[in-house]
Formats: sequence, C-alpha cells, structure tokens
Amino acid sequence: MNFLNPAMTGALLAAGLTTPAFAAPDCPIKVGVLHSLSGTMAISETTLKDTMLMLIEQQNEKGGLLGCELEAAVVDPASDWPLFAEKARELLTVQEVDVIFGNWTSVSRKSVLPVIEELNGLLFYPVQYEGEESSRNVFYTGAAPNQQAIPATDYFLDEIGVEKFALLGTDYVYPRTTNNILESYLKSKGVADGDIFVNYTPFGHSDWSKIVADVVALGADGKKVGVISTINGDANIGFYKELAAAGISADDIPVVAFSVGEEELSGLDTSNLVGHLAAWNYFQSADSDANTAFIDAWKAKMGEDRVTNDPMEAHYIGFNMWVNAVEEAGTTDVDAVRSAMYGQEFPNLTGGTAVMLPNHHLAKPVLIGEIQADGQFDIVSQTAEVPGDAWTDFLPESAVLTSDWKDLGCGMYNTETKTCVQTLSNY
Amino acid sequence: MLRFILAGIALLFSCTLTLAQDRAMQDILQEQAALIMESSRTSIAPAIAAIADSGLPQAQVVLQTWQAKKMWRRVADGVFFRVEKAEDGNYTLIDLDSGEQAGSAKKSDIDQIKPNSGIRALLGSALVQFQLQDPDPRRRWAALTSIQRNPAADLLAPLRASIPMEDDPELKAMKQRAERLLTIAYDPDESSRIAAIDQMSRDIGVDVRATLNPLLETRLAVFAGEPPSDVNIASRLEPGEQITAIAAYDILVAADMGPPRIAPDAIRSALAEHIQGGFVGGVPVHQLDSQPARSRAYAALAAEGLVPPEPTPDAMAETLARHSFLRLFAEPSPAVTDAALKAMRSIDLRVGLNRTLDLFLDGMSLASIYFLAAIGLAITFGVMGVINMAHGEFIMMGAYTGYVVQQVVPDHTLSILLSIPLAFAVTFAAGVALERLVIRWLYNRPLETLLATFGVSIALQQLAKNVFGTQARPLTAPGWLDGAWVLNDVVSISYIRIAIFVLAGVFLAIYLYIMRRTRLGLETRAVTQNPAMAASMGINPNRVNMLTFGLGSGIAGVAGVAIGLFAKVTSELGSEYIVQSFMTVVVGGVGNIWGTLAGAGMIGFLQKGIEWFNPSNTLAAQTFMIIFIIIFIQFRPRGIVALRGRAAGD
Amino acid sequence: MPHGFLMRHPSTIIFVLLLALFTVAVTVLSEGLGIGVISTSLVKTLGKTLCLALAAIAMDLVWGYAGILSLGHFAFFGLGGYMIGMWLMYERTRDIVVEALADAPIPPTPEEISDAIGNQIFGVVGSSDFPLVWAFADSLFVQLLLVVLVPGLLALAFGWLAFRSRVAGVYLSILTQAMTLALALYLFQNDSGLRGNNGLSGLQNLPGLDHVPQSLVSLWFLWGSALALGMGYLLAAWVVSGKFGSVLRGIRDNEARVRFLGYSVETYKLTIFTVTACMAGIAGALYYPQAGIINPAEIAPIASIYLAVWVAIGGRGRIYGAVIGAAFVSLVSSWFTGGQAPDIPLGFYTVKWVDWWLVVLGLSFVLVTLFAPKGIGGLFDLLSHRFSPDRHGADLGPDQGSLREKEATE
Repeated sequence: MNFLNPAMTGALLAAGLTTPAFAAPDCPIKVGVLHSLSGTMAISETTLKDTMLMLIEQQNEKGGLLGCELEAAVVDPASDWPLFAEKARELLTVQEVDVIFGNWTSVSRKSVLPVIEELNGLLFYPVQYEGEESSRNVFYTGAAPNQQAIPATDYFLDEIGVEKFALLGTDYVYPRTTNNILESYLKSKGVADGDIFVNYTPFGHSDWSKIVADVVALGADGKKVGVISTINGDANIGFYKELAAAGISADDIPVVAFSVGEEELSGLDTSNLVGHLAAWNYFQSADSDANTAFIDAWKAKMGEDRVTNDPMEAHYIGFNMWVNAVEEAGTTDVDAVRSAMYGQEFPNLTGGTAVMLPNHHLAKPVLIGEIQADGQFDIVSQTAEVPGDAWTDFLPESAVLTSDWKDLGCGMYNTETKTCVQTLSNY
Repeated sequence: MLRFILAGIALLFSCTLTLAQDRAMQDILQEQAALIMESSRTSIAPAIAAIADSGLPQAQVVLQTWQAKKMWRRVADGVFFRVEKAEDGNYTLIDLDSGEQAGSAKKSDIDQIKPNSGIRALLGSALVQFQLQDPDPRRRWAALTSIQRNPAADLLAPLRASIPMEDDPELKAMKQRAERLLTIAYDPDESSRIAAIDQMSRDIGVDVRATLNPLLETRLAVFAGEPPSDVNIASRLEPGEQITAIAAYDILVAADMGPPRIAPDAIRSALAEHIQGGFVGGVPVHQLDSQPARSRAYAALAAEGLVPPEPTPDAMAETLARHSFLRLFAEPSPAVTDAALKAMRSIDLRVGLNRTLDLFLDGMSLASIYFLAAIGLAITFGVMGVINMAHGEFIMMGAYTGYVVQQVVPDHTLSILLSIPLAFAVTFAAGVALERLVIRWLYNRPLETLLATFGVSIALQQLAKNVFGTQARPLTAPGWLDGAWVLNDVVSISYIRIAIFVLAGVFLAIYLYIMRRTRLGLETRAVTQNPAMAASMGINPNRVNMLTFGLGSGIAGVAGVAIGLFAKVTSELGSEYIVQSFMTVVVGGVGNIWGTLAGAGMIGFLQKGIEWFNPSNTLAAQTFMIIFIIIFIQFRPRGIVALRGRAAGD
Repeated sequence: MPHGFLMRHPSTIIFVLLLALFTVAVTVLSEGLGIGVISTSLVKTLGKTLCLALAAIAMDLVWGYAGILSLGHFAFFGLGGYMIGMWLMYERTRDIVVEALADAPIPPTPEEISDAIGNQIFGVVGSSDFPLVWAFADSLFVQLLLVVLVPGLLALAFGWLAFRSRVAGVYLSILTQAMTLALALYLFQNDSGLRGNNGLSGLQNLPGLDHVPQSLVSLWFLWGSALALGMGYLLAAWVVSGKFGSVLRGIRDNEARVRFLGYSVETYKLTIFTVTACMAGIAGALYYPQAGIINPAEIAPIASIYLAVWVAIGGRGRIYGAVIGAAFVSLVSSWFTGGQAPDIPLGFYTVKWVDWWLVVLGLSFVLVTLFAPKGIGGLFDLLSHRFSPDRHGADLGPDQGSLREKEATE
C-alpha cells in the first residue's frame, strides 16, 4: 500500500510542475500554437505549426513587436478534441499567451470556444469552415461558405453548365452544414429537389464503387452532372481512384473539392485527376511577388519538395494583421487588439488586399483551379474580394442573423427583431 | 495541258490566299478579343461562332489551338499566337493565319488563354462540323464525344451527312447510334422519331435514357376548371390523394389563383405591429404564448380590416375543388411520349435486372476483400486458436512493403510482382518473431494473448506512423489494371477488384492445398487437435506452430498489397479490417475455410444489400451489419459452417 | 457488519483515507478555494483521472474477478456522458433562448421555444428538429436516471443474449468489441440525433451557474468524482468479499465446475456485467462535464481496450490495482503525449516522446503480460511477502487459468 502514495504524488508533481505561481512579465510576447502534432490531424496541422514558427522567426528578425521578442508556445492536443479545451486553458492560464493560432477541425474549435470565451483569449482560426458562428474571441481567417462553396457552385452553374448536383461528403459537421446551405442555394437557383443527390460516407471510406455508380446513373435523365465534394482527407484517394477506374473524365462529370489542396495532392498520382477542380482562396500557383517570396522562404526552411496551401496563407494574413493591430493598439491586451483588428488590411499572397470585417471574417478573393498532372492547380477563375459572411443568407433561420462586433457588439444579432440573440457562441 | 491545270490551281490558291488576307483570322480574333479574354461560358458564344462561321480554312486549327490551351496573347500589342514551348525555355510564337513561326517570346511577355472546361465543351461542339469528316480518326472520335456530351439540333444534319463517308466500322457504329439519339430528340418528323424510339427501346445505355427521359419530363400545372384539350397530360393529381391539400393550395397561391395562407411567423409579426396598450385585437399580450390565442387575436385584427384575413379551411377546400391539378409533358406530341413511355418501361426493367447483377458483383468484390483480409486469420485464429490482434498490422506491413518496393522499382507491373513475395516474406518473418517471442508463452491463456498482441498492434501502428508519416501513401496499380470491365452502362467492375477476386481464389486454393496435401498441413491439424499426442508421434509442435503462424501472417501481408492497391496505404489500414475480419471468421465458423468463405460472402452481400436500401448513408449500413452479426451469433454461436465431433473441441 | 468488513480488508480503509487526503490536499492547493498552486486545468485532469479510476474498477470487477474480458465498458462510460451531456446542453441552450425571446414583443409559444433550442443545438449539423432521443432532455432527474439505465439496459440486453448462448472467452471479447464499434459508428452518424462527429460540447458550463468560475466548478466535480470513486471502491470491495465474489472467482477459474455445483452462472455473469456497466455510466457522467465535450471518437473500440490495458498494468484481480493502473497510465500518457517530456537526442536521431510513447506503451504492455501478470499491484505482494509458487513456466493450476487453493486466498 505504501507504493501508491509516491506513485500518485510523483505523477501529480510531474504534471503540476508546469504551474508557475507568478504572472509572466510583459516581455517576451508569447504566441500560443495549438495544432495537433500527433494523431490523425497531425499531417495537416504540423504544417501550420511550422508556418507559425517561420512567421514568428521572420517577425523577430524584423525586430520583434513593441520592442519585445516573440516567443512561440507550442502544445500538442494530439487530435483529441477534449484535449484541445484542456490545452487551450493551459495556454491561457499557465503559459499566459497573448494570442493563440490554432485548430483545424470544426469540432476542435467548438471544443476550445467555451474556454476561450470564458478566459477572454484570442484565437485565429485558419481553415475553411461551415460558418454559422461568430465568436467575440475568434478571428476566422479561413473561408466561410460564401467564400468557397457558393462561388464554386456558381462556377458549376454558369461556367460548366451543371444541371444536376451530387453533393458527396464525409459525415461530419462541415460537409453537413455546407451541403445544407448548398441545397437551399441550389433550390433558390431553380434546381429541382430531384436534381440534388446527397451522400455521406464515414472518415477514411474506401469502398466507392457503389457511390460512383450512383453518380454515373444520375446522368440518365440527360442533365449534366457535377460533383461537389466535401470528402475529407484519405477518403479522397479511393474516391478519385474509383472515378478513374470507371473511366469518368473531368469533362464527363467534373468534381469540385473543398478539402483537396496542394498538400493533399502531394504524393498522389494526379494524372487521372487532371481537370477536376478545387476552390480555395489561395493556390501555390498564384502569380505574385509576395507569393514567390513566401514560397521561397517556406522551401528554404522546410525543403524543396514542400508545398504551400490555403490555410498557410490564412495564418500568414492572420498573423500579420495581429502584429499590425498590436502595434496600433500599443499593447497585447485582448480587448484593445480586437478593436484595432477591425478594418485591418493586409495584402493577400494572390494579389489584392484582405480586410478584417467587424464580423471577424476576412474579405478575400475566391479562386478556382483545375488540377494539373504535376499536383499543382491551374487557376481558371478568380473573383474580386468576397466579404466573409458568418451567417449564411441561404438558410431561413440564419438569413435574419448578422454579426457585428464593432458597432452592435453582438455575434448573433437578429435583424428582424433587432435584438442580440446571444453574446456567447453556441457550441 | 498539265501546266495549265497547275497554273489554274496556283491561281485558285493565291485567290483564296488573298481572300483570306482580306479578312484574316487575326482580325476576327481582335474583334472578339474582349470576349475571349473575359473567358466566361455565359458570354463566349458569339466569339466562337464568329470563328467557326468565318469560312476560313484555318478556323478548325484555331479552335483546336484554343481548346488545347495553346493560344496565347502578346501583352505588348494584343496579337494572338499559337505558342509552343521551345527547348531553351522560351516560347515559340506561331502565326495563326499562316502557321509560320513568328519569333519567340519570354513567358512574362505573353498571356496564356485558359478556356475553362465549359468553354472547351462549347469549342468542341463548334468543332463538330469540321471534325466529323476529318481524316484523323481521333478527331472524328472527339467530335462524336462532343455530340454525346452536348447533343444539339443543328448537329443532326452534318452527322447524317458524314455517315456514308465513314470507313472505320467502329466509328460508323458510333455515328449511327448518335444519329438515332439525335433523331429521337430533334427530328421534326414525328414518325421517324417514334421509329427511332422503338429501335432503341432495348438499349440500357445512359445516353439512351438521357435522350428519352427529357421527353418524359413533366411539370405541375393548375387550371381553373377543366384543362384545355391541346395539352399533353401525364397524370391528374387529386388534392388529398396524389398531392397533399396544403401543397396543392400552395401551388394555387404560387400561380396567383387564391389568397395566400398566413405563415405563423407572419402572424406573429403582424400581431407585434398592432399591440395597443398591452392588447392585440382584444387579447392581452401575455396570453399570446399559444397558437390558438394568436389565431383569435389575428382573426379579430382581420375583422377590423387591419390585416389580410387568414383563409379558412373550408374556403381553401372550396377553392381547391374549383381547380384541376395536372402533370403535363413538356413534349407536345402524345404519340412520342407514349412511345417513349413504352420504351422506358422496357428499359427500366432491364436496368433493374442489370442493377441487381451489378449489386451482386459489388457484393462479390467486397466479399472477396473481406475474405482476403480474413484468410490469414482463418489460419492463425481458426486453425490454431490464437487471437492475434496485430493481424491487421500485418496487413498494413504488407501494404507498406508494396509501397516501399514501388519507390525502389518504378515499373508498376514489376514492382507488384516483386512486392507480393516480399510482402509475404516480411510478414512471415514478423509472424514467426511474434510467435516465438510472445505467443508461445501464452498458448493456454487466450485472453492474455489478445491483450499482448494488442500491445504489439499499438506499437506497430505507431511505428508505421513514425516511419511513413500519417498521410496516406499511394500504391499505384500497373497500367493493365486501370479501368474497368464494362458489360454495359449499368454493370461494370474495375479490373483491380477482379484481380482481388482472383487473388482470393488463388489463396483459397493454396490454403486447401497446404492443409490437405502437404506434410505441414497434416502436422498442423495434428498439433491443433492434440499437441501431446502429435508430439509423441514425432512431430515438433513448436516448429509446426511457428510455421503455421508465419504462414497465416504471410498471407495477411499479401492481402495488404491487394488492399493497398484498391484503396490506400495508411497506418490505420489494418485496424479498419481487424474487427470485420474476426467477425468474418466467427460468423463463418471457426476452423473451417469454407466457413470463412461463407462468412465473407454473407457480410459482403449484406453490407451491399443494406447500402442499396439506404443509399445515402454508408455508415448506417456498417452499423446495421454489425448488429445483425451480433444477433446472428446468438442463434448460431458456432457460425455458419460449424465443425462437428472431436475436431470442434470446446 | 461494515465494521467487521472494513477490519478484514485493511486496504479499503487505507484507500479511502488516501483518497480523502488527496481530495483535501488538492482543494487546499487549488486556485478556486486554496492557495493557487495547482492550476484549474490540472484540477480538471485530476478529477477526470478519478473518474477513469472508477471505470477501471468496473472493468476490474468484470474482468479481474469474473473473467469476462469486456471490450465494451468504455462504451457504457461514453453513454453515461452522453446522457448527462444532453441535459447540460439542452438546459444551457434553453436559458439562452428564453432570455433572448423574452425581449420579443409577443411572448413565445412553447413550440417556438423548443424550435429555437433545436435550431441552436442542431443548426451546427444542418438540422433543427428535435430527435426522439432528446425527449427527456429537459428533465435533469430523468437524464440522471438514464445515466444508469441506458448503459445498464444495453448491458442487460447484450449480456442476456451473449451469456444465454454461452458465448464466452475471446468470442465474447470480440463480440463486445463489435458492439462498441457498432455504437460508435451509430453515434458518428448525424442521423442518430446526437450531433454526429461533433458530439455534445460546452458541457463544462453548468446551466444557471454562469457566475460561478470554472476554478470552483472544477473543484465541485473533483469532490463529486472522489465521492463516486470512494463509494464505487467500497461497493466493489464489498461485492468481491462476500459469497457473490467467491462465485465470480469460481466462474473465472472454471466456469463448468461452478455450473455443475448448481450455480446459475449466467445470472451471476449478467448481474456483474450490468452493475459494472452502470458504474461505468456514472463515471462517464462525471467525466465529460469536466472534459467539456463528448463525441463518438471517445467510445471507439480502442478506448475500451485501453481500459483493459490500465487494469492489466495496475494489476487485475485487486481493486486498488485497477485504480493505480488507471491513474498511473493515464497521467503518464498525458504527460508524454502532451509534449512536456524532454526529447532524448541520440546523436543520429532524436527520440520525440510524442511519437514514441505509444510504441513504449504497447511494448510495455506485452512485457507486463509476459513477465508481470500481476501488474504494479504485484509490488504490494512483494512488500507483504506473499509470493506465488514458482512453477517454472507451467500453467497456473491443473487446468487452464485456474488457481490452486493456496493462491486463491486473495
């Protein structure tokens, strides 16, 4: 029985050692990085951690911020959603960081939200997501549905002339909400109920023959079929393989994907995917000086064969905006920085300027690219800056909602009843 | 004489040249430059038409150049060129009219024109008239594909004209088929359309259905009283029967033929607008938290004429009774729709039969994948009774072996042929190591074997992540396995799946051969049934156990190569199959390979069957299948093929 | 009687005292009520660990004592979490919605309130209707009852089917694993009405207690978890010390003989399976409000296997072994995977614990099974000079897995 005591206290001590009893001084300014470095999401999120380290390094070379060095506080939430909340609390209360850059999946963001709102932290979220959210403490630098899904659907309707839509997705919140929005958008464009086919598959799904056959059979009523894919991660490989095996080219049934970027294509044989589409706010192939410099810096740090992608650009914009806002506010205090964030402008890597809106989303251009044999995208369409919309206009419950933290001080404001539904987020 | 002819030809040639120079392609392109540069399908049509209808001989080439993304524009003066990449990294400019080289340029001096796939399809349609009689069969084939993708009325005539000239039998058949389909859709003559419909009524091709279905497209229509006689009626809808009364009424409202219903939200906002001193229409505001109270207040407001009245149910029913609701064919001719209906009935029956066949093939394919994943387990678990939770990781090791071989040997065919024995060797060694180091100490403690091998499984999985990363790795099939065996537009199966099926059959044969015809099989059976007795007969049980376990693991490795080919290689590949594999063996009946086969068949077909009932949710299929298996095991705890007698053991 | 029971089992008294001491110490050191040495996030981790220990006790009862290697007990744990999570989510959302609608000029109808709650909860996953499973979500009492009933009834139904047809040993393990997989896959579907992959989130915010800081809430839950663990420990110790416990051990060592002695083996097994499922459910209901979010990934088959791993490493067949195993392995795991453990540079390669911890855990698990079947708990036998006879690698007992009389005194 005596053994129990030292064993337990030992473990407790080990875990408790990180607890400092005094407040951190003003210097250095700490930047929390909350990306999974292990587990299923590691492959995507490690890249973002490295991006953040590179950006912080670059900023320190420029002389830091407010006369302080920037210091990264990196933690590993290990793709475990409850652990995200725990690590966020640790970053804010133990490490006392001034800002957090992190998260990839929506569920991890939902897990972190209550903690960030309770402790009044500041989170920059860099990934395209389903919208329907606007937290006082989160800046969404990725695309909202109207910055990715809606323009891509418009492209399908106008440029390719698709009349019948297969919405294929992995069964989780982003595809569910996005497809929901797209369904009601398509109906508003006069597409009949019967011309929308929706299918959800589990994560990592591999047996695609039946679903591909179903999609081909959609063509039986003489309408042009297009696939809008919110299929996530590994499952894409089996899906594209089956498409190729069935002899379906991008000219027969084009696929536009929202979760397939340069990183996902690297290491994949893309010769069968040529001509299929992806919609993002950034492609590595974008032609601009800033982009060339960014790619060069990245390759110099990480190696020649590494690629850049959209969430990296989101962190690039988010980080630089935060730096400028802190300089403007003269402090890293969250409320002061937040006020300084509104209206912040910073050049995109694709040319043009991103603007931070009072609803905590960015105005960014939407790009559509065709996959090429070398794993890069050929940009075939680029819009002007589209302002991100937290609450979609295409769902009746959300159409009446708006978010304006600057003037209304509310992330979920009902424009019909002129009341603030709630100031905390629903998670 | 000859000289005269030659001179005449030369004269003619120079005439056309001068004609062309009068109005060169470049001029047309410059006229349409704004549209070409805008590059949007919605506005590009006039530009394409201008080129196609120019009557210039170079129109075809220009359109083809544009379609192939080879047309560029010089930034300095806006002149369009065909551009080829030169060897020195610069770009060679080629004049679009003369086809001659016109110097070279750097990439920054010229802009590529990138028609999107919508525009490329329009270009393809415009090219049809030129390409149908092109000497190059590939171009004729491209033209036919264009017709199939985007059929249009004006293509019928050039298509018909080109058929007699066609000398390639395959292309001729394609052209004839396309001609029949265009006839159905666009021929002005009703009787030839009906003839074509009858002719195609036994064909289940997607293109045939895609031609017939638009003829049968209907729309909802509502008429006050009886419908006029000149409409082509598909069916009548009685409110309350084929269509709900509410839906029917909403159609009426949409057609502006009745007063609208008032939505609950609208009632609420109307009430909110008419609050007077805490009362709305005589009802106190605080009582308005129920629908009947709100209706009363609204009715009171309506009586005062402040808001539009809500139509009463009686009034709605009366309005509905005065109207007739119909589904109308868009196609005006009843004879054509009748013929199409008849053809579609016959086609639908055939499609249904073929679907069943396709489902059967899908089920077979899934069953063979499960069988392949489980056959190694049928040896280690089924014959030896060892629970190996790391079996899935052996499958994964096999797949990664295939991946590594492919990195070293770039030729896909050779690398696959190499990786099968290599995967066997690697996992055989791993299996022998596992048996020697762990399992043999635990033969009498099956639960602990389960836990110990699970520890191995965690370690191997993480090790694979550390070595290969978490991202899925591609295992590319050789070219001859690309594509699918297509019976018709409904039934097809990819060659990889056929290969897996064949592989599963081969392994079944190998298993049967080893177990029934070889010394090792005999000894294995002896050791499993009674180790002490077998040992006393001079068999070394240690050696036999080791070899048998290695064999089971080795087969798992080969299965890994096959599974990797068909899907992808990740560190979690094995754990996806492990539960299913154990289920396959348990459901089939432990200790009998035919049982495993039956188990794989049952699980595969069941899963596909459930998916067929519920096509939009694959997860549900897996859930229901597992629940079914749990219940199935209650009734046949020993599986489908249960061993009897002594060999069954306990 | 309890007096005599405690006297005969001194380990129980020691455990309860240590648990009480631990709880008081954490309270004194906490941010909420004490001197603030232990951060709130650590208090939460400790509270969660206590819940895991309770689940491990349940696992030990069913595996270590009754010999049923259930790979489904973490599913019961998760179900308990889901049940309490539904109430927490519903009630918190209801408070927000009622407050927001109170400003409207026309008072809302009950349907409007319910629609608004549904829209808030399910809007995230693209729906707004309340599924049937949420029928009782507005009642704390019913949901608390369901915390016990849902895992209990599932265990009862599953156990009845399985034990009745005499599915035992590894077959039962695989079957329970399949059940867990089916449940996880079911919950992964959005159609199941529990928000699919997103699960239920924001559970740490107690409805109506917005003004209470998390530092205090975390302590409440720590106390609750400590209380539940203490009670669970006493219950388990009492169960295994009596005749019931003897029969259970008999079933573990030789099921057929116990059956021939006239005991209804199935009833015993079913009882212990169901009771432990309820225990796991309660543990889950205390765990997830501290974790803040529950989703189907939590009840994937791997989690249940980890539960078995904890018990095995701690030492099965003794209740404190399960507690030690759960606390030790889960805390050490989170230390290693949290990136806090220092990397080991080997010159040519740097061992990063984030990457290598699982390899070590897996291998140590093999080693424990092979060389130390008694786990960490076996160390106490060394201290109390209780040794097993050395049989030179032969099986325990005359038949598979059974113990000789002398060894069975435990």
